[in-house]
Amino acid sequence: MSVNSKPNPAISSMPKAPQLMDILRCALAVLIKDIKCEFRVKSALSAILLFAITSAIAVSFTLQAYGGNSAVSSTLLWLVIYFSAMSGLSRSFVREEETNTAPTLRLAARPASVYLGKLAFNWALVIALQCVTAPLFIMFMGSSVGNWGQFICILLIGGLGLSAGATAAAAMVAKAATKGAVFAVICFPLLIPALVISIHGTNIAMAARGAISAASDIRTLIAFSGVIITASLMLFKFIWED
Amino acid sequence: MLDNNQSLRTDTTMPLALRVGLGVWMSAVIIGTFLFVPPAQGFASPDAARMVIFHIPCAIVAVIAYIISAIYAIAFLSKGKIMSDEKSAIAAGLGFLFTALATVTGMIFAQAQWGKTWNWDPKQTSILMLIMVYAAYFTLRSCIPGQIARAKISAAYNILAGLIMPFLVIILPRMLPSLHPKSAHLSPEYQIALACAAIGYIVLFIWMFRLQVRIAEYIMAARRVRIG
Repeated sequence: MSVNSKPNPAISSMPKAPQLMDILRCALAVLIKDIKCEFRVKSALSAILLFAITSAIAVSFTLQAYGGNSAVSSTLLWLVIYFSAMSGLSRSFVREEETNTAPTLRLAARPASVYLGKLAFNWALVIALQCVTAPLFIMFMGSSVGNWGQFICILLIGGLGLSAGATAAAAMVAKAATKGAVFAVICFPLLIPALVISIHGTNIAMAARGAISAASDIRTLIAFSGVIITASLMLFKFIWED
Repeated sequence: MLDNNQSLRTDTTMPLALRVGLGVWMSAVIIGTFLFVPPAQGFASPDAARMVIFHIPCAIVAVIAYIISAIYAIAFLSKGKIMSDEKSAIAAGLGFLFTALATVTGMIFAQAQWGKTWNWDPKQTSILMLIMVYAAYFTLRSCIPGQIARAKISAAYNILAGLIMPFLVIILPRMLPSLHPKSAHLSPEYQIALACAAIGYIVLFIWMFRLQVRIAEYIMAARRVRIG
């Protein structure tokens, strides 16, 4: 049996630049569609934000004494971000399967566009989550940030790494029998490097001790996100199509 | 189908001479390790440092197994032979076994040298994460219904896992300080014994791999007989 379909000569003979623009325009359409769907029911956003606020309050209520310790507060901040993101990011594909809109999306858009569109949507969700959680968390814990530039940079790029892996994992578990539990199981190992490096870098950015800089962590995070996004773009065809 | 006796005699997964040779070779490595290799300098307890000869090859074979697993996953996605998917899963399973062995021998070694079974040394951390990555692979395999969907999705996950492995094994340990000594500190006797043990482990891995592939082929043939 064959997994590959033959390349479509009409597509492969097209010049390179318009095809890329095509994929990006299509990805933008998928992103806009997802945002519209999201604002109709607000299921993912409200679940993620409430989860984040609840856990941020619960954590800082009991552990406020450790606010000055950058190692503790950076770890807790990322745990709050990670687990709240996990509660909502799988929705992007599970919703398509549940409402039976996945086959139409498969017909309407190339796999690469679907991946990029969903990735952009998930990244936007994570950034929205971080915009609420990080200031709230810093205020409640009373922790200080030494280097704001690097701190924000790590939040953004760490969020990209998280959403890149989570998007691929969400598409994988959309066909699994028990989706919710499996998503957390699959995501954790895929995202460990991003999580560990983000915590390491946030710790340095919050403490800002002299010459030690989080630049190498930022570079590693960019490399990780690049590897995951490139590989997912190449593999998404096999995950997504029947 | 072959009966038990016959299949033992006609086991073509590895020539008889090589199987006997492997037994003799590994016995020689064990005897040589304890009788001829001197205690290693630079360790808290030099006599117990002989553990390295059995500890490091496990990690080497595990990494080789994971790379083979990823190669078969790529082969499945490009050619579409279901047997490649089976081979990919078998290689990952054997890699998992050797990772577990490397972790356990490493824990015994850490108890002897650093006084604690688990120190959160970067190499211990990364091997623990590697275990979780491939445990998730088997979980994913077990919960996707449909052979072809399972094969495609788990192959994609396997390739992603293979790309994450360098971050866990190479990059993370270098970003954090480690208790592990550099291999250059070991004397030449150690390096020879290590290489010999690694060769034995690799041949053992090949034999185990081929045996498991044979079992998978039999299971597939039996299924075909039952269906058609």
